[in-house]
Amino acid sequence: MITNAAPIVTRRMGYEDSHKLSRYLETGGYDGFKKALTMSREDVADQVNRASLLGRGGAGFPAGRKWSMLRSATTSYLVINGDESEPATFKDHLLVERDPHQIIEGALICAYAIGASQIFIFCRGEFALGLERLQQACNEAYEIGAIGKSIFGSSFSIDLVIHPGAGAYICGEETALLESLEGKRGFPRIKPPFFPAVQGLYGAPTVVNNIETMSNLPWIVLNGGDAFAALGEGSSTGTRLFALSGRVNRPGWYELEMSKTTFRDLIFDPTLGAGVKEGRALKAFIPGGVSAPWFGPGELDLGLDQDAVGKAGSMLGSGSVVVMDESTCVVRAAWRITRFFSRESCGQCTPCREGGGWLEQILRRIEEGKGRETDLDLLMDVCDNLAPGLTWPPQQTTICVLGPSIPSSIASSIRMFRDEYHAHIREGRCPMGSR
Amino acid sequence: MTELDMSTQETPVTVSVTIDGNVVQARPGELIIEVAERAGVFIPRFCYHPRMEPVGVCRMCLVEVSGPRGFSLQPSCYLHVAEGQEVITNSPKARKAQEGVLEFLLVNHPLDCPVCDKGGECPLQDQTMAHGPGETRFIEQKRHWPKPIDIGPLVSLDRERCIQCARCTRFASEVAGEALIDFAFRSSEIEVAPFALEPFSSYFAGNTVQICPVGALTAPPYRFKSRPWDLEQAESTCEGCAVGCRTVAQSSAGALVRYLGVDVDGVNQSWLCDKGRYGFEAVHASNRLSLPLLNRGEELEESTWHDALLAVSDSVQEALREYGPSSIAFIGGARLTNEDAFAFAKLAKAVIGTDSVDAQLGDGLPAELVLGLPRATINEAVKAKVVIVLNQDLREELPVLFLRLRRSVVEKSTAVIDCSSVTTSLSKYATSVRYVPGDLARVVALISGESNVDALGLDQDQIELAKMRLSAAGLGDGGEGLVIVCGRGDLGESASIVASAAATLHRLFPKARFLSALRRANVHGALDMGLAPGMLPGRVTFEERSDALVRAWGPMPAERGSDAIGTLEAAAQGKIKVLFTLGADVLSDVPDRDLAKRALAKVPTVIAIATHHDSTTSAATVVLPVAGEGERSGTVTNIEGRVAPTTQKIVPPGVSWPAWMVAAEIARKIGSDLGFESLFEISEEIAALAPAYHGVNLGLANSDARREGVVVPVGPVAIDIRSRPLDPIATPGISSVEEQGAPIRLGKTARATLAGDAGLESSGGLQRLVRALGAAPLVVAPRADSYTYRLSIRRTLYDQGTLVQSSSSLAPLRAPFALRVHPQELARLGVKDGEELMIRTSRLAIRVNVIADADLARQVVVLGARAEEAGTFGAFDLIDAQELVVDVRLESI
Amino acid sequence: MAHLNSENLERATRLIALYPKDRSALIPLCHLAQSQDGFLTEEAIQDIAELVGVTPAEVYGTATFYDMLHTEPVGKYVFAMCTNIACLLNGAFELLEHAQHRLGVHVGQTTKDGMFTIEEAECLAACDTAPCIQVNHRFFGPLAAESFDALVGDLESGRLDDVVPPHGVLSRVERSVGLVADTENEVAR
Repeated sequence: MITNAAPIVTRRMGYEDSHKLSRYLETGGYDGFKKALTMSREDVADQVNRASLLGRGGAGFPAGRKWSMLRSATTSYLVINGDESEPATFKDHLLVERDPHQIIEGALICAYAIGASQIFIFCRGEFALGLERLQQACNEAYEIGAIGKSIFGSSFSIDLVIHPGAGAYICGEETALLESLEGKRGFPRIKPPFFPAVQGLYGAPTVVNNIETMSNLPWIVLNGGDAFAALGEGSSTGTRLFALSGRVNRPGWYELEMSKTTFRDLIFDPTLGAGVKEGRALKAFIPGGVSAPWFGPGELDLGLDQDAVGKAGSMLGSGSVVVMDESTCVVRAAWRITRFFSRESCGQCTPCREGGGWLEQILRRIEEGKGRETDLDLLMDVCDNLAPGLTWPPQQTTICVLGPSIPSSIASSIRMFRDEYHAHIREGRCPMGSR
Repeated sequence: MTELDMSTQETPVTVSVTIDGNVVQARPGELIIEVAERAGVFIPRFCYHPRMEPVGVCRMCLVEVSGPRGFSLQPSCYLHVAEGQEVITNSPKARKAQEGVLEFLLVNHPLDCPVCDKGGECPLQDQTMAHGPGETRFIEQKRHWPKPIDIGPLVSLDRERCIQCARCTRFASEVAGEALIDFAFRSSEIEVAPFALEPFSSYFAGNTVQICPVGALTAPPYRFKSRPWDLEQAESTCEGCAVGCRTVAQSSAGALVRYLGVDVDGVNQSWLCDKGRYGFEAVHASNRLSLPLLNRGEELEESTWHDALLAVSDSVQEALREYGPSSIAFIGGARLTNEDAFAFAKLAKAVIGTDSVDAQLGDGLPAELVLGLPRATINEAVKAKVVIVLNQDLREELPVLFLRLRRSVVEKSTAVIDCSSVTTSLSKYATSVRYVPGDLARVVALISGESNVDALGLDQDQIELAKMRLSAAGLGDGGEGLVIVCGRGDLGESASIVASAAATLHRLFPKARFLSALRRANVHGALDMGLAPGMLPGRVTFEERSDALVRAWGPMPAERGSDAIGTLEAAAQGKIKVLFTLGADVLSDVPDRDLAKRALAKVPTVIAIATHHDSTTSAATVVLPVAGEGERSGTVTNIEGRVAPTTQKIVPPGVSWPAWMVAAEIARKIGSDLGFESLFEISEEIAALAPAYHGVNLGLANSDARREGVVVPVGPVAIDIRSRPLDPIATPGISSVEEQGAPIRLGKTARATLAGDAGLESSGGLQRLVRALGAAPLVVAPRADSYTYRLSIRRTLYDQGTLVQSSSSLAPLRAPFALRVHPQELARLGVKDGEELMIRTSRLAIRVNVIADADLARQVVVLGARAEEAGTFGAFDLIDAQELVVDVRLESI
Repeated sequence: MAHLNSENLERATRLIALYPKDRSALIPLCHLAQSQDGFLTEEAIQDIAELVGVTPAEVYGTATFYDMLHTEPVGKYVFAMCTNIACLLNGAFELLEHAQHRLGVHVGQTTKDGMFTIEEAECLAACDTAPCIQVNHRFFGPLAAESFDALVGDLESGRLDDVVPPHGVLSRVERSVGLVADTENEVAR
């Protein structure tokens, strides 16, 4: 069901100049932050707690809980994760280019609530235009007194720095992102300590939140946490920005009320995805970025709900849905995703560094028609050595979750399309004509 | 002593964990992998190293660990034990994870074991043999890279073999403090790389080769030299410098081929410097002596022991007859073992009757100071509240002491005050006081709070900062918690100035302890054995000789003799008729080359007891070849006073003898007898007659306690030696298979009871001498005029010494010979960086290339401590041993 | 080419001042150096090492971790062509094939005239315009053979000079102020 919930984070997208300060101020910009400054820090945090805002980066950890775990210290940091790199995800890209002030305002609200000493917005380096607009917005925010000393006449002061990434998927992992922000290789940190809130940037307590998460804050402060929580169902509250791509007629971003809308709505509704390209049948879809196991037509009626998707064996992840149609070669799709992980492995842990490349080579061999009957068992067993038991959520043999994400596509596609894999091996070629 | 203290001070709090069903007690904060190892469960590993921070990246050590959400696979090298924790290392799940990691490691690892240096001692190979499947499931393409590339002068990298354990990169940044290598790129393309314009030329690079768990890093000096199963080995002590790092010397077909560092908690903690690691090449160098040589008129000719010793006894007896015992002198001995040194001390003082004996070559400190100051151990230094380093670049002189100190400063377990005439390798970690050579005693007095000292010309801010650092350190009464490191780091500043500074500090902080930084391998042992004027074995003066010694040695020399410089001055005046040089190249090593030349020209009979041909053997009348490092057994004593065994592994060349036998034969030939027939008998005599060495004989040194050595003097206490878990990957290769599989090698526990008499560290007489030094006025060199530069003369690790120059791998690494000058002074002189200029002293002028160095004080110029460079003059030609400092003029050419 | 010029050294100092620890500026400085020379020269690596207080090996090791930072020269225009899942499903490999044919170079190579370098990219976060590419980090898509050729023509003729700056230039807007807040908000926790 598509509800008529008003958009929150994309509410300015109708304007060509949505990224400009004038437009932002005309449409209620910085009102949320100004209101927050009149509230106590605890009250602001409380509103976010009441909103039950789940982190929009991929792991879906409640934002309010993250804040409350912050270790008490004289110096603490707020780091905004804008290193969006999960394949098929392009919502933060949109927010950075089209509404940078909203991110900054959200970050300021968060920094106020947690008492941070400095804000860093880690923006994916490839978003050159986004960086430009974010920097412009940052400069403007300093000019109007929204950032800096005694902000808007209050006793609150803070600096904000726009930090460009340099192209490495793993830096989306929050501890790798912190390493990168410290000027190092993006190696995820070993746990424990488990949370940056305890030991983050330069060892100081740090909150790392996603760009979309931040973009919700001005609305939540203005309208109250309860209003946000009234949207959606269960733990999946509010609206969420979904990125739809692949073999659909209307790929794009759609801000939808959580839980209530289904995958079928998203993909087939004429106002949303408008169905599979060229009228073909849907073969499979990925419900939440390429780290997520695939779904088939049988799961189309699941709601866009974190818990429901989790229970069904996958995840809503970064909110990106990729559609494959009947002409798609699943071996080729799984191979390309595996090659992605293989290339993006940071290289620290043996299973991920070596396993990714091995799996990629086996899949390529099968796709090229050189597969062997034993290859499917081999694929599954190698996957099992990355994610023991191949359970969901996965167990892991590596420091971070990149390693155990590699099996998602492989194991789910083999489970769903074993015949197609066999056909490759039997026929010695791709039966789909490598599409 | 120290070990016992540590065990009694440990807090008894423990946690209980279950490992494979057995309950084990552990200290909080211990790693699971360590606790398991102690409990007899060896968990396979690659990246874990007991002397580096764990990173948990290779994932080989995954085990099942209980937690709030049940069991999960965790890296046992990273996780600390916790009360009630349950660990399962051998469940099907843990085994599958470990075998999976092993298989992953082999995905890109080449199968070139037959041509790999590591083959036969490779943990990856051993693991695969023990636990791997019979055949591979991997039929794809392996990663390919050009085979070994040289990433530094002594390290080659085979990237195909690398398993990315980060041991080498962590060593470089964490232990050595110089990240000259790092990982580059990522995913399976990740590689260890230096920066293209900056090779991996660390003094400590060899450690990365030793700890590399596969054959990725190899060292050209060992490459293709031997196979592990052909190696024989013996534990020994490095004689590259006076730190006394513990090593394993490995030989193949009668030749030394490799040295490895052994983990001794008090000393090197498994690390070595490359000079120590590769210096053994000198043993097999072409300039090794193998036959006695005799000059019967024109030139040295090959001879026999019989003829050579006869010549020696003839000249000694003639000198005794004609001129008396004081016409005979001994210089050198700092490269002998304690037993050798003892034999020569007895020969000189008891048989010949001369006291002109000096193990130092004018480049050290007064013996009474070295022997009389209260001593610190290295472990005390690294835990001291403050360490003051007196004009010393430890990385160049005692490299592993630098490693230990640097790390302890970085880890904030101590703080360093660096008083030096130049920026040193510790400066960036220290509170630094820069001064012009000559002012050291003033500097230390000022930072210690002495008020009536002239501070003119010193950097007040730096002095104040150091003073604050010292006073804020929370030192105990009498300066307890302060350690002072002193040696002769700057040969341009006289020993009397350093001695004045050290003795002053001792006066102001009587409970502060001192760590000697004299560098020649067994200089401390030689001094302890009495190879110094006025001294007798066991750190006592002549006056304090025991009845037992008098009974054994007979009458002592009537008069106090001269030190090396005094001897050479006497020789220059024709007063020395027979000069013994004990492994000392007087013409190259004495930092007043003019004096050395004049002296040797006047001595009728020079008897060189040596291992290598050098400029002094060429000028000698008799040359007697002796066994060197690796060719004879005995003990050596390091900077702390730690006595440890040095072990014979190979046969010395030709007819070389152990040095003590030479002393014994000379005694016999002149109609006397040293009274011992074997090494063990010498050792017994030392243990009985040398007070500081009471109870410390070869038997003890070779006991189970030997890995740690013993710091003398040792009281009548039980020593509890509990070895730490070692790194089986890096420790003596050939038992690698055994160490990797069951049964495992555990840290050894040994107990030794010593019969020592808890004697004083040094005698009352020595202590009085040191106090007198401290009470005397400060020794300060007068300031020079503004046209004069003051020369700082500093050693570099790869120097002109015999050891380095005879090692084919090290010799090319010698630093270029050049004068360092402040760029503004160069501009003033109109000389450009890299050009030549003239250094002039009252004695002579020499041409030298210059290097601009903006870190220098403007009136200080620096020259490497080198005697001669291809027929030209060097720093030692500029030194006048009578002067406090070396003042020079610089002129453009 | 080579070392950071004086203008960029000043920029570098300003960038370093934005961070609590100097090394944090390492990657921004790499971008800065790349905006000057199109890639990271060895001299720039030495400069950066000195500026942030690490070794050149650490700068090199860190820079090579990241796809955007090049330690070898590249063409005036770098085509980063995505072939990840959404683009793959919409003909990315066919487009890549075409691009290599059109420019006469393989992935990883630069045309002889030094104009174009082709790289295969991972997802660029513009999947609604698949298959998409970036030219010097400016987005173009969806592209097909003809539109790709037209794009090459526009770049060659300089018609896109306003849109596509030289390789290495990211934000053309510079930060206008340094750090000004000057207080730590440690209160109230």
